[in-house]
Amino acid sequence: MTLPDPQTSRIDLKLVAEMVQPDTRVLDVGCGDGALLALLAETRGVDARGIELSREGVAGCVARGLSVIQGDADTDLVDYPDDSFDYVILSQTIQATRNPRLVLEQMLRIGRHAIVSFPNFGHWRMRSQVFFQGRMPVTDALPYTWWDTPNIHFCTIRDFVALCDLIGARMERAVALDAAGGKVRVNAPWWFWNLFGAQAVFLLKRG
Amino acid sequence: MSDLSPSLADPQKEANEPSSPVARFGPDTPLLMDCGLVLDRWQIAYQTYGALNADKSNAVLVCHALTGDQYVASRNPVTGKGGWWTAMIGPGKPIDTDRFFVICANVIGGCTGTTGPASTNPKTGTPWGLSFPVVTIRDMVRAQAALIDHLSIETLFCVAGGSMGGMQVLQWVASYPGRVFAALPLATGAKHSAQNIAFHEVGRQAVMADPDWRQGRYLEEGTRPSKGLSVARMGAHITYLSEQALHRKFGRKLQDREAPTFSFDADFQVESYLRHQGVSFVERFDANSYLYVTRAMDYFDLAADHDGVLARAFTGTKTRFCVASFTSDWLFPTADSRAIVHALNAAGASVSFVELESDKGHDAFLLEEPNLFATTRGFISAAARARGI
Repeated sequence: MTLPDPQTSRIDLKLVAEMVQPDTRVLDVGCGDGALLALLAETRGVDARGIELSREGVAGCVARGLSVIQGDADTDLVDYPDDSFDYVILSQTIQATRNPRLVLEQMLRIGRHAIVSFPNFGHWRMRSQVFFQGRMPVTDALPYTWWDTPNIHFCTIRDFVALCDLIGARMERAVALDAAGGKVRVNAPWWFWNLFGAQAVFLLKRG
Repeated sequence: MSDLSPSLADPQKEANEPSSPVARFGPDTPLLMDCGLVLDRWQIAYQTYGALNADKSNAVLVCHALTGDQYVASRNPVTGKGGWWTAMIGPGKPIDTDRFFVICANVIGGCTGTTGPASTNPKTGTPWGLSFPVVTIRDMVRAQAALIDHLSIETLFCVAGGSMGGMQVLQWVASYPGRVFAALPLATGAKHSAQNIAFHEVGRQAVMADPDWRQGRYLEEGTRPSKGLSVARMGAHITYLSEQALHRKFGRKLQDREAPTFSFDADFQVESYLRHQGVSFVERFDANSYLYVTRAMDYFDLAADHDGVLARAFTGTKTRFCVASFTSDWLFPTADSRAIVHALNAAGASVSFVELESDKGHDAFLLEEPNLFATTRGFISAAARARGI
């Protein structure tokens, strides 16, 4: 099923929203300004909740009428009971968590499904900046310099898949997007995804 | 020392015959108190603003804090001052009286028209004084529910309040889970901390140490424990502010003088400010009521009523919550609000939470705080959309 374009330029939001079944309970971890929550509420009729670290983000979400809690993915997910959501979403946030493995495990405990989207550090642009310029990459998707970034745990698509194997998460769907926002060929091998996917979206389930 | 004895309004008149609507209840609708006693003749004084819609779905109950009253958005007849939450409530305000029917009642144990220790005990014809049963937050909410029944309203669109008012909001959802569509507990906690109980005890001891308190019988004996109550208020007032707010407002500035007097006069501005706060408080508040309502807050521990598990207070709740705390509030710090939010999450409730940046301390919820207004407006508007009003 395809959805109308969200008002944001973030194509991954649309992709994430398409993975969510209608009329379900969704927790968006690191929901920012609530763009995904609003999209889900409008187009999927879901009972959408959010967690956001920044006070400005939460205040903005609440003022938009969204149910959002100020909190930290690294510490606050433990407070949620098992199976309290159908989907727990971590959209472009895993690289900013202190303990990605723990966060992912908590997501799969709280939700029946987890959806994770992240920038792929194995993308050829990243590799080439490190390889040819010898500098930490700065791209449109990751516009921060190394000394001024909220991101502390980068991974590649292959790294993420390895983590999923380690914690016994089952992959239900995986999509990689190239730099232009187009889908990388579905039947391509992992190395191809890892090289040409600028970002990736995974739908996971407890193993 | 400056004079702490102000001119007093007649507290008993306002306690028995307030200048606001009153719902009176008789033996057929007694108030069953948590302490085991029963009030078989009692009354609750309230104010309303705006209009109730045809299907009675737009009622907002506002719960007042410790020394508040029912005059939330209108002039208080004793002090002559405007309502205590006019920033929040009124036409076009975050709690919009053009859209909602706002109700605010004086709590049981209070002194502006709801039965309390300053009221006349119908059985004796004298003021209740300390023979009044000890009040709990749940008793306050039970009395409010009787008023809401009296107004023929089944479900409240929203119950809102800060501090002790926030405790009532939480108790409302716990006591009457199906009757609250949205809840807005601000700068509050699900229990009163040991530190807060300690502060209250200092205040009560100040009142009871005043020789004019007369073991609580001052109304009959024609005295007032003004000095004790004033000191109690001065102490409490400090806890409502923050170090930054006091520093910004007063620093170490002297009051009407160039140099210290080497005496115990109010040399510092902060001293005269506190004395003024104390004196103006005793003009409008009954000392025994102060004992009762502080005690009610002390006893509040919502988790204790549910086997120590706060989440059980909210099991299966359909109410939408918005919880907010303030960064400089040391009476109800953010951790208290987080404990509420964790319990609501565990209960699967719909909850928003934000810690608002303010250097104004606990009292920030009563003051001009644009972030608080934006949060409240957003939450109330979204809830109203969901409710179809």
